[in-house]
Formats: sequence, structure tokens, C-alpha cells
Amino acid sequence: MKLTKLAVAVAAACATFAAYADITVGVTLSATGPAASLGIPEKNTIALLPTSIGGQKMNYIVLDDASDTTTAVKNVRKMISENKVDVIVGSTITPNSLAMIDVVAEAETPMISMAASARIVDPANPKTKWVFKTPQNDQQMAIAIAAHMAGKGVKTVAFIGFNDAYGEGWYQEFIKYADTYKLKLVANERYSRADTSVTGQVLKIMSTKPDAVLIAGSGTPAALPQVTLKERGYTGKYYQTHGIANNDFLRVGGKNVEGTFLPAGPILVAAQLPDSNPIKKTSLTYIAKYEAAHGKGSISTFGGHAWDAGLLLQNAVPAALKKAQPGSKEFRAALRDALEATKNLVGVHGVFNMSPNDHLGFDQRARVMVRIEKGAWKLDQ
Amino acid sequence: MDLQIALLLGQDGITNGAIYALLSLALVLVFAVTRVIFIPQGEFVAFGALTLASFQVGKTPGTLWLLIGAGLLVALIDMTIALRSGTARKIPRIVGWNLVYPAAAAAAVFLLKPSEFPLLAQIVLSLALVVPLGPMLYRLAFQPLAEASVLVLLIVSVAVHLALVGLGLLFFGAEGSRTPAFSNASFDWGVVTITGQTLWVVGASLLLIVVLAVFFERTIYGKALRATAMNRTGARLMGISTLMAGKLSFLLAALIGAFSGVLIAPITTVYYDTGFLIGLKGFVGAIVGGLASYPIAAAGALLVGLLESFSSFWASAFKEVIVFTLIIPVLVWRSLTTHHVEEDE
Amino acid sequence: MSPRLLLAGFIGLLLIAPLAVSEFHVTLLNYIGLYALVALGLVLLTGVGGLTSFGQAAFVGLGAYTTAYLSTAESLPGWLAPLGGSPWIGLVVGLVVTALVAFVLGLLTLRLSGHYLPLGTIAWGISLYFLFGNLEFLGGHTGMSGIPVLSLFGLELRDGRKFYYVIWAVVLGAVWLTQNLLDSREGRAIRALKGGVVMAEAMGVDTARSKVVIFLIAALFACISGWLYAHLQRFVNPTPFGLGIGIEYLFMAVVGGAAHVWGALIGAGVITILKQWLQDWLPALLGASGNFEVIVFGVMMIFVLQRARDGIWPILTRFMPQREAKRRVPDGEALPKKQLPESGQALLEVRNVVKRFGGLVANNNMSLTVRAGEVMALIGPNGAGKSTMFNCVSGVDSASEGEVLFRGTAVTGLNSRQIAKLGMSRTFQHVRLLPTMTVLENVAIGGHLRGSKGVLPALLHLDRAEEARLLAEAARQVERVGLKDSMFEPAGSLALGQQRTMEIARALCADPCLLLLDEPAAGLRYLEKQSLAELLRKLRGEGMGILLVEHDMDFVMGLADRVVVMEFGEKIAEGLPDEVQRNPAVLEAYLGGVD
Repeated sequence: MKLTKLAVAVAAACATFAAYADITVGVTLSATGPAASLGIPEKNTIALLPTSIGGQKMNYIVLDDASDTTTAVKNVRKMISENKVDVIVGSTITPNSLAMIDVVAEAETPMISMAASARIVDPANPKTKWVFKTPQNDQQMAIAIAAHMAGKGVKTVAFIGFNDAYGEGWYQEFIKYADTYKLKLVANERYSRADTSVTGQVLKIMSTKPDAVLIAGSGTPAALPQVTLKERGYTGKYYQTHGIANNDFLRVGGKNVEGTFLPAGPILVAAQLPDSNPIKKTSLTYIAKYEAAHGKGSISTFGGHAWDAGLLLQNAVPAALKKAQPGSKEFRAALRDALEATKNLVGVHGVFNMSPNDHLGFDQRARVMVRIEKGAWKLDQ
Repeated sequence: MDLQIALLLGQDGITNGAIYALLSLALVLVFAVTRVIFIPQGEFVAFGALTLASFQVGKTPGTLWLLIGAGLLVALIDMTIALRSGTARKIPRIVGWNLVYPAAAAAAVFLLKPSEFPLLAQIVLSLALVVPLGPMLYRLAFQPLAEASVLVLLIVSVAVHLALVGLGLLFFGAEGSRTPAFSNASFDWGVVTITGQTLWVVGASLLLIVVLAVFFERTIYGKALRATAMNRTGARLMGISTLMAGKLSFLLAALIGAFSGVLIAPITTVYYDTGFLIGLKGFVGAIVGGLASYPIAAAGALLVGLLESFSSFWASAFKEVIVFTLIIPVLVWRSLTTHHVEEDE
Repeated sequence: MSPRLLLAGFIGLLLIAPLAVSEFHVTLLNYIGLYALVALGLVLLTGVGGLTSFGQAAFVGLGAYTTAYLSTAESLPGWLAPLGGSPWIGLVVGLVVTALVAFVLGLLTLRLSGHYLPLGTIAWGISLYFLFGNLEFLGGHTGMSGIPVLSLFGLELRDGRKFYYVIWAVVLGAVWLTQNLLDSREGRAIRALKGGVVMAEAMGVDTARSKVVIFLIAALFACISGWLYAHLQRFVNPTPFGLGIGIEYLFMAVVGGAAHVWGALIGAGVITILKQWLQDWLPALLGASGNFEVIVFGVMMIFVLQRARDGIWPILTRFMPQREAKRRVPDGEALPKKQLPESGQALLEVRNVVKRFGGLVANNNMSLTVRAGEVMALIGPNGAGKSTMFNCVSGVDSASEGEVLFRGTAVTGLNSRQIAKLGMSRTFQHVRLLPTMTVLENVAIGGHLRGSKGVLPALLHLDRAEEARLLAEAARQVERVGLKDSMFEPAGSLALGQQRTMEIARALCADPCLLLLDEPAAGLRYLEKQSLAELLRKLRGEGMGILLVEHDMDFVMGLADRVVVMEFGEKIAEGLPDEVQRNPAVLEAYLGGVD
């Protein structure tokens, strides 16, 4: 035991050499575990972020939290105390981000989350004061789906989601807006990522004869209910969430997922956007960079959230540098203020207009409806 | 819930139950012969399915490297032992199984183009890669501990499971795969449509069970396994090598596992870690059978399949809770019926 | 440097550590403490008691969720309202809830043989995880935030460094309690579980109770760890309480050294630091991201179990100064003794006992009597049914027909513990002892029924007076059988003959009036046999009844007052040694006929 202690102490002593002049960004993301399909493109994107902003060298420290809350908190504590980071970026998923809020608020370090739930930044209070996020709120996406359904004459909807925070969050958001659009929720089912069969859930759904089915899952596991529904001969409309927006989903889903509707950040269909849309240009720039590094067709929308976090920093750091030196408490406070003052910043997922009460700052432009057609994403006009 | 839904759920339950039944048989077999509670059974399911899927998309499956690596290790250990104990005559056999065979498999994968094979040949090649891992695993992880308590073997078993899941992630990545169905036929039977793949799964499972029964009843190896399961010391005195029995039971377990994987890959998306839960459900079946009775274990596994199917209809969020809580009444029942005399460990 | 000094040094290091290391390392140490607490429970359960659980994480979750719910819920249901708001009430309620759940689960699974418990724990580990995630009032999969900061004497433990002292105080407290427990009458009963239930029960240990006790303690340690976790993290969601972490806890205990209290701390430290390190390096090494540390952990576990099954701690202790073994013969007031029945009074009466196993009749119509102050020998060729007879008499098995009377009471159907209480004590044909415990401690197990202090006094060391008396009694019996010189040696280091003798001392420690000895002379040398015979004569002289199974005819014939001969499950002769030796049926049985 004594040896261990000694080792810890020595390691600690060695670790206290942090470069104070540079700006240090601490990133914790879920590159492994259930959320890996989101975390990996984010991790890849961090590597593409600029190495200097406003003439200051940027240090990125990237840690994996394995989609686990405890590890995420451990990572944040580590980066704040050891690396004296000026800002935290992460984590990929909602529970991790929620758990990190206390830590960053105590250390008075700004944090930019890449997770979806509105609960991360709302309501504004002394703790969430330090927290920003880049992905669209589930709420925005849920409204988009509900509105789209209403537009297509859908009256009854069945819901099937992951038996985890993702499925649960979506259900909560969707029921909130279903009423507004006169949609009746006729079934609410859950399944696990690892399930080999969802026949039971699908039969339950079909017995309620819904006009549309909303599947709330992320990555390839979201294909299973849809494939089963198809096999059982369900002919209504299929809606998925933006959690499926990667190409593995298309590979696994094959022709069974043709005609699916989903809301997504505009980056998913950037090339199809009208030239008048400012997001098109930033998105295409990012896509070109990403695909140059990782190969054609490797782009995923989730990486875009990390890119947007980078854009937010590029916008806010110069302002903060005018007030204080990196590595100081004052710099972190100035950076926070600068982030909150972000105005009309065009990202790949939308346009940011932050305020003390809105630490996301997206509007309608941050989401489009997409249809899967011939194995590709198609902007649904 | 009307009759049609009930029948469909029943069909789904039986399809999954058939797989669980196969796995529970393997678990009972391995436990009876080696006293190992074979948690990594599920990994063979995933490895079988994903190896097949890799062939279909023209990738080299990572299981090939595992086969070569495990073969090397076994060869190294066994040859050292053979040389030290002066039984060099065993060396050709060791080299044959652990070095030449994996090399031949590698040659088949690299020189021929498995992605252009017919499905059956791909399946055979996948099994040829995955199944030998069973006995190698036994040799590396369990045989040195053959005399240890059930508890120690169980912990090793869990450790092997973890290592294999990690390797699975390394080999196949986090995303899942599906393989094409054996048959796209479907049959109308009254109000219910039965898909060809379902018939394949149930039929192949039954066939495998029959083959296993014949193996145990009629062949000398099968009888040797049964003898070892009944009385290890007695079997050894009769000249049955426990090492052979252990390797053979692991070979069969790996075969059953990988074959189950091949069967379910067209019905569902298989991930590197899918096997664990499938294996555990086979376990609940095996526990119902008291880890001793094959027919009761199979029946228990079918029950698990049906319970799972119906509970995913009625209360999908609590499905796992329901399936795994089933074990509690079963344990109560067993604790009331088991005559409690402590065995000598 | 003595071990005591080493411990003081360790505690000193723990005290100054948070002042010397960075916030992150404090966090790491905090988690190591939390994990060590759970692993400590597993040491008790797995290393000491021979049971195991993969589901400890679920108990951690129970502790964490109980306090999270009680201290954050804005409107508790009416009946719970008085419990809301305070972390301390959360702790108490958490402990009660965990104890209840563990008790029920324990009752269900602990009766079954070894491997059902771990399998059961895997199943409930998974169930509980999904249950946490699907109960809306527990925040579902998203989790619960806003758990209040723990305050101690008005001091808010907001910062990790302050929390550190609480965690490690709790861990060290738990270590102290566990060590106290192991060094007591109840502790010996728990350690006896590994020597086989039959032996422990024959010494009057309620093994089912002992199993439940350690299962409960392990669960409660896990619950406290969860409670601390909730208030340290101030956020709970189901992920840290899944099966994977449950498995990791077990690995910590096994890697550290499952049979040693300090092994839990070592294991928690090694696994936590290694994990941290591997998570940094492996993805870079393998060029892909993933939880690849599990590969290393898995392989490491296999290696540890194959090569160093006792874990790291015993290896470390080789380099540490050895504690001067306590060689002082304990002294304490003599324990009260039972009044022995008058010489010649019938102690044991076996009447027409039949024992069948399925179709096989192992004992048929057996009758025999043992009186106070006599040595009765039961002899017969191998497989004659002597051991079955022994088992029927001592309550390991019960007779299919007929009755067994002990001191006038019918004992048919009683279990061996109840029979032991009436004053019957035994030894075993295949020696059953705890090889790592000293001879003295082994013998003291025999005195189990002569003490009464339970688990709670043992935990708090309030049992010292009784403990001294028990050990003093054990020491007297060790001396009595002539093993004084080996009193402080591990029992496993004795020669087989001495181990048999030690079993007699253990049986005597129970203060019996009837001794059942199963082949006590096997493996003894001539002189040892003589002194054993001497001892038995002396006991007989004191009025003790002795039933002896033995193959050594010289030994039997020189010692026994009466002899019963069995063959094929039946009595073929009974009488004085001389008579029996001349009995033609006996000669035939032993020599295959006289021509």
C-alpha cells in the first residue's frame, strides 16, 4: 500500500508542470462504451481544431470517459487540477454532462457540452452559468418531428426507444409537443441496445395501428425495430431521431430503412442546402477537412458538435485574451463571458446567438428534416 | 392481445428459445465435464456471427489473428512441457493442431477469396476459425486450474469473458453487422406467417440436439464425456483423459456457440458484446435445469425465450428485470427441493 | 520496523497525502477508498467465507439511490416525508433497505451449493441496473442531480480533500471492524465455512447464519460506499452500478488477495491506477479506441489465479517485517463444564436403525449402546457401513428407520448442530481443519457452543473476556493431547497423525460427554498411538463415553471395553474384545473364511 501511495505522490509531483502560457482545452468524450459511435467522430474532430487562436498556442487534452459518469467526473477533476485547463469540452452524453456541472461550477471553469438534453443548460442558475452546449436540444428536434408528422397528416404515433437515457429523454420531449400538434401517442415501448429481437414490442405497436412510428435510438441498433416492423408488414411512416445520422446505420438498415424521416443538423445534407444558407459554407469546409483526414464518406454529424465547440472557442478566446492571461481564474471568467456574448456565429449545425438565458442559442436554422432515399440522406423540402 | 399476436410472440419466443436451448446444453455439458461455468459461451456466438459477416464484406476477421496467437501460445507451452518431460513424440501433434492448422486457415482466408464463396462455404470457414478457439482456451485458461474449486473456475470464466469481449471490440469495432438470411421463403400457416429463417433456426437447433444425443449415446468419445461428467476420478481410472474430455467439451461448446451465432446473424444485428446477454439467458435455462439435466435445461431455455417475448410485449422497459428475476423463483424452488448435504470439495 | 509501525506509517501517509498531491490524485484516492470498502466486503465473503458475489455494485447502487432519493426529492410520499432532507437519515434508511434486500437474497441463494450464489448475483446485478434506470422517481437512466453536500459538525464537505478524510476514516474503520470480527468466536465460525460445512456444523456452528452474516456485512459495506459516492459525486445514474463494475470489484478483491483484509485496499489501488493508466495508453498502442483495458484485466486475472492464487498481498508481506507471532499461551478463567453423567449410564442407544440410499441399504437393523465411562469400538471391513452409522448418529444424515437416543432424548431427525449442543462431539475420517489457522484457533472452533458473544460485540471487540476464556480452554485441550509445542503453528503444517490428534482436542474443547472418533490412530506412529490410548483411557476414567471406529486391531483390542462388528451394513457380532476375536463370523469377514 505504501508503495502505491508513494507512486501516486511521485506521479503527482511530476504532473504539476503545466505550461501556463498556452490555452489548455480539456476534452472528455465517450469514445468507447455505448455512445462510442458519437464519441469517435468527436474525438477525430478535436484533432482537426486549430492549434493556435489569437496567437496563443492551444493544447488539447483528450480523455475518454467510456460513456461512464464516474469516469467523466474523474476526467474533469483530473484536467482541472492537473492540467489547469481553461475550458472543458464534453461530454458526449447527457448523464455525463449533468454530472460534470457541479465540478466545473465549483472550479469556475467554462464547459461546452456536446450532449443533447436541454437540462444541461436550463434553467439558468449559478451552476449552469458556466455551462454551454453545441448540439440542438432534443426539444428542437422533437418539435421538428411533431410538426413534420402533423404536416403529413399523421394522427396517431407509436414510440419505441432505447432502454436508457437516450430513449427516455426523447420520450419526455416528444410527449410534451405531441399534444400541440394534435398527435396521439398510442404506444410507448423500450428495447435494449443488445436485444436480439423486438418482435414483442413491434407487435404491440402494430396492434395499435399507428399512422407513424418514432424510433428513438442511436447508431446501428436503431435499425432493429424498423427492420422488424418492415418484416411484419408495417406500412405507416417511419421516423428516426438524429442519433442515427451515421453511415453505419445505412449499411445495417439497407433497403429496410428507405423512406425514413429524421430531423438533423443541416450538416448532414450540407451539399443540398441552398447557397443562400450560410451554414452550407462552414459545413462544407468542415466536411472537406474531416474527409481529407479520415476518408471519403467518413463524416458524421456528431463530429460537427465538436467542430462547433471549436468555432465557439475561436470566437470567444480573442475577446477573453484581451482581459486576462490564460491559466488564470480571470481568464476563465472572461472566456465564459465571451462565450455568453457569442452573436451570429455560423456553425455547422446552426447559427449561435447566446444570451444569459440561452447557452445554446440556436434557432430554426439549426435543423432540417431529412429523408433516406436510395441509401443516402436527402433534404426533405 | 389476440390469437395472432400470441402466435407470433410464441414463434418469436421459440426462435430465441431454440438458441438459448442450444447454449444451455453447451453450458450444462461444460459444467458437467469440467465444472467450469462457461460465461464466455456468448462470445463464441458473437465471434461466429461477426466472422461470417466479415467474410461477406471481404474483410479479414480478427478471429484469425486470435486463432494464430492462441495456437502459438498453446504450442509454446505444450512443447516446453513435452521437451521437459521427454515426450517429444507428442510434438508433431502439437505443431499440427496449433501451428499448421491456423496457418492453413490463414492461407485459406488470404489466398482464396472467401467473400465470393457460397454462403455454406463461408459458414464452414467461419466455424473452422472460431471453433478451435474453444479447446485452445481450455488449454490456456482452465486446464492449469483443473483441480481448483468451482468458484475459482467461475472467476476465471468471467475473466476470459472480459478479455474476449475486449478482443471482440478490437477485431470487429463497436458497430454491429447483419448477414443475409439463409432463405427468404415464408410460409402462411393460418393467421401466422412463418419466415424461412425461423424454420432454419428451429430446425437446425433440433438437428444439432439430435446429433449431440447420438454423439453421447453411440460414440466412444461421447460416452467418455458422459463418464467424466458422472465421475471424474472414476473416468480417469478407466483411462479417460480429463484433459481430452475438457478440450472436447470446450470444442463442442464453441461449435454450438459459433453455430448459434451463424443462425441468429440474419435475424438480428450482432455486436461484439451481443453474446453476453444471449449467453446469460441460456444460463437462466441451464440453472432451471440445475446445471445437470439436459432436457430440463432446454425446456427452461425455451421458457426464457417465451417469457422474454411476451414480456417485451407487455412491459418492454422491464423485460430484462422480468427475465433475470425469473432466476429467483427458480432458485427458491431448487433450494426447497435440493437435499442439503454439503459435498466434499 | 514492526508491523505496528508500518501501519502507523501508512496511516500517517494517508493523513498527509491530500496535502501533498494534486486534486486529481485526491479524487483517485477517494475512489480507491470507495472501491476498497466494497472489496473489503468481498474479502470477507470470498476469501474468508468461500462465497462470492458479482452483484456488489447493485448494493452500492442501493446505498447511493436511497440517499439520493431521500435527500433530493421535493415531495416525498407522505409516509416517507419525515425521512427526507438529511443525508444521515439517507444513510440509515439505505442500510436498512440494503440489509433487508441482502437478507432476502441471502436466504434464497445461500442454502444452495456454492455456484448458485454468484450466478444469482449476476442475474440480480442486471435486474437491479435496469430497475434503477426505469423507475421514474429515481430519475430514470438520466439520473438524479442536486444531491446535497455532506456536512460533518457544521463543516461542509464540498471539496474532495475534505471528503477524503471521511472516506478513509470509514475505510480504516471498516478494516478495524473486519479484523476484530475475524479474530473472534464468530470470526472462527465464519472462517470454518471454508473447512467444509459438515465440520463447522458438527462443532455447533450455524453455518447458514454465518453465511448470511458475512453476506449482510459485505452488502452493508457496499451500501456505505454507495452513500459516500452519492454525496461525493452529487449525481447518480445507473451506469456505475452495473454488472461490469460488480465484476471489477471482485477482481480487486482477488488481485489484492482475497483472504486478507489489506488485500482489498491493495486490489482497489492497483486496479484503479492500472485502469487509469491503461485507458490512457492502450488506445494509442492499439490505434483504436475502446475499453481495451478489460483485455488486460481479464488476462491478468487468469494469470493471478493460475500463478498466485492468493493475490498480491501475501507476496508483499514476504518483504515486510513479520509480526512476532503471539506466542503467549492465553490465560483466562476456566469455562463452566457440563456435569458428566454417571459411569455406566447409557449415553447413546441406537435401536434398529436402517439407512437406505435409494435402493441400497447401507445400514440394516443396527443396534448398539455406548455407556458413560466406556470405550465402544465399531469395527468391520471397508464398506461395512461404519461411516454411515457415524453420520446417522451425529446428525449429518438421518436414519430411514429406527431411532437414536442420546442421553435419553430421541435425536433422530435433529441436525448435527443440535446434537453437538447435547454433548456429542466428533472427529473425521478425512481430517477437516483450516490449514492456515493456528492449531490453537482450530481447536477453539470446538469451543464455539461454550461462548455466546455474537457478531456485534465481536465487531467492536466487546468480547475480549469471553474470547480469552475460550482461547485458554482451547490451549488446555491442546496441551492435554500433547500438541503444546505446535500450538501456534498453522494446522496445515502438522503431520497427518498430529492433525488427527488436533481434531480430538477440538472435539474435547466442546466439553462433550460422548466422543465419536473416526479412525483416530490412522497415520500415528507407535509412540503416538500409545499416548493416544493413554489419553483415551484417561478420558474414559473421567466418565466420558467413546465410540471408536478403527482399523488398527491391536489398538482397538487393547483399548475397547466392548466391540461391535459390522459387515454389509449389519451387525454380525458384539461383545468383549476377546469374544469377538474368536467369533467365527468375524474371522470369516476379516479373513475370508477359516478352513
